[in-house]
Amino acid sequence: MTTQELHPPLGARRMTRASAETWLGGVASGLAAHLGVPVQWARIGFVVAMLFNGAGLVLYGALWMLVPSDASFERSTPGLEGASRQGRRPMAQRLLGDVGPVGSLVVAGIGLILALQVMLGSFSVLVPLLVAGLGVALLWRQADEAQKQRWFDVDGRIDPVRAVIGADTRAGWARIAAGAALVLVAVSIFAVGSSGLAMAREVWIATVLGIVGVVVVAAPWLLRLASDLGAERAERIRTQERADMAAHLHDSVLQTLALIQRNASDPTQVTRLARRQERDLRAWLYTGDSLDDATLAGALRDLAAKFEDDHGLVVDLVAVGDCDVATVVRPVVQAVGEALTNVVKHAGVERVDVYAECGAHEVEVFVRDRGVGFDPAGVAADRMGVSGSIIGRIERHGGRASVRSTPGDGTEVRIVVPLAPVTSPTHEEKN
Amino acid sequence: MDAPVKVLVVDDHAMFRTGVRAELGQTGVGRVEVVAEAEDVDTAVAAVAAARPDVVLLDVHLPGGGGVEVMRRTAHLPDAPRFLALSVSDAAEDVIGTIRGGARGYVTKTITGPELVDAIGRVAEGDAVFSPRLAGFVLDAFAGSVPVAAVDEDLDRLSEREREVMRLIARGYAYKEVAKELFISVKTVETHMSAVLRKLQLSSRHELTKWASDRRLL
Repeated sequence: MTTQELHPPLGARRMTRASAETWLGGVASGLAAHLGVPVQWARIGFVVAMLFNGAGLVLYGALWMLVPSDASFERSTPGLEGASRQGRRPMAQRLLGDVGPVGSLVVAGIGLILALQVMLGSFSVLVPLLVAGLGVALLWRQADEAQKQRWFDVDGRIDPVRAVIGADTRAGWARIAAGAALVLVAVSIFAVGSSGLAMAREVWIATVLGIVGVVVVAAPWLLRLASDLGAERAERIRTQERADMAAHLHDSVLQTLALIQRNASDPTQVTRLARRQERDLRAWLYTGDSLDDATLAGALRDLAAKFEDDHGLVVDLVAVGDCDVATVVRPVVQAVGEALTNVVKHAGVERVDVYAECGAHEVEVFVRDRGVGFDPAGVAADRMGVSGSIIGRIERHGGRASVRSTPGDGTEVRIVVPLAPVTSPTHEEKN
Repeated sequence: MDAPVKVLVVDDHAMFRTGVRAELGQTGVGRVEVVAEAEDVDTAVAAVAAARPDVVLLDVHLPGGGGVEVMRRTAHLPDAPRFLALSVSDAAEDVIGTIRGGARGYVTKTITGPELVDAIGRVAEGDAVFSPRLAGFVLDAFAGSVPVAAVDEDLDRLSEREREVMRLIARGYAYKEVAKELFISVKTVETHMSAVLRKLQLSSRHELTKWASDRRLL
């Protein structure tokens, strides 16, 4: 099936950032996994490298920006992937929440500023740079979060706001606001510090104009990229849904087989399990989407499934045409349910044929069993099952119902309900 | 009863073939005899030519083009066998498609042994085998998927009587019961069924054109 796509040959090994066990961006764990060394070595390596004019910091930042997160590349068996996406497996937790990384960023930033101020004594260039760096780090941190959420997002479209913020809005907005504010502050400090207020205004205008220019030039590409991404995402989500469904079915088949192994000596139980499984698979393979109980065929299928599960009654349902007129569907389904209950209680058989036809003008349903049957004339007047629940109910809704039965030859219930009653219900009842 | 009906079992699941062979060997002694087995379109075509079966039990989903392909490639043979589709799929497209391809009947794999022997016997004699579900699909096909205005009235619509017969079959009546219900003979019921089958198998020009253009043959 899709196994080739899921497990491409591992040619070039790509480094990814570990998304599951991160302190900051998961760069150290990703690098450690890539190089095959313990993660602590990688962390120590970065700290040591930081001593050489902050090379470790720069390297870490660069890797954080350039190396993709591994959240999008998780490959496993379809069943495990499906279960993960549906939240039915324990997920690795982040070692620290958002507080940790952000807090450490802030502390490290302030410390660095103070240290550099002591060493160099100059505010004009370094402070704005550091503040801006902090802001950019925050923004990138948020981009990470948004990217991760996009991969678990099941909506087919790319929502521009969601693409930037992610679903977790409050924290996301806070991070973006803080990051953007820090960058703005940095620009302001630089402008004011270097050449006074008048010049600052010019720098501001130039910055805004530059940004606008870049956006205008890049807009067509950005738009096309977004629509391409949208199409690919829709495709991916469809594939994933199918994979999840297949995984679910395989899972339930395994469960059924396990139950059958344990109940091998009980034929009725085995038959019931097998039929339920068959229904599941069939619904997925052949029925398509018409499974909701708003339409007559769908509601009857539901009803049949219920009787098969609860009473072991084999309901052979044949539906011709379909309609979703609520005023017709509900009473008809209830009457059919009553007829099936009668079959379970009195007929003494295990299978029944149900035939439903939605024509242009009326809906006809037949419920036929080959059980013991009875003499309709001999039914006591106080037995309300047939007369009240089936015939009475249908007549109240403007239709006709009749029961035909011969002892020894089974029973057939016929239900006819007009679709668009041109005459009043009372007129119908007189007939 | 004369010589047993020679049957070819075509299915890509070896276990299922074995099961059918065992079942027919048990319940169909003297009435049916499995003369060969095949597992895909090519081996099935070869087996039809070599073993000369009367009835082919044909799986709908087969490697190499499906059951319809087997019927297409054996249609020119002098005494081509009759086909009875035996499939797990009861999807409308599969059922109607296979009947249009030339099968005389369509039963699902949950059928019991005696019923299968009966069905094989009926198909061998030239009758059609309609299960309730198949009858439902046929009614659906004539009611919904074929637009009435575009259809040649005489050929493609079911007559009132044929429709009545199909509805009774869909309601779970056996052929005998249909005959009793409508006060006609079983033979007449079978005549109606054959007529339905003939109408399904692309009798009008309109249908033929549609069939060909669907398959990019025009």
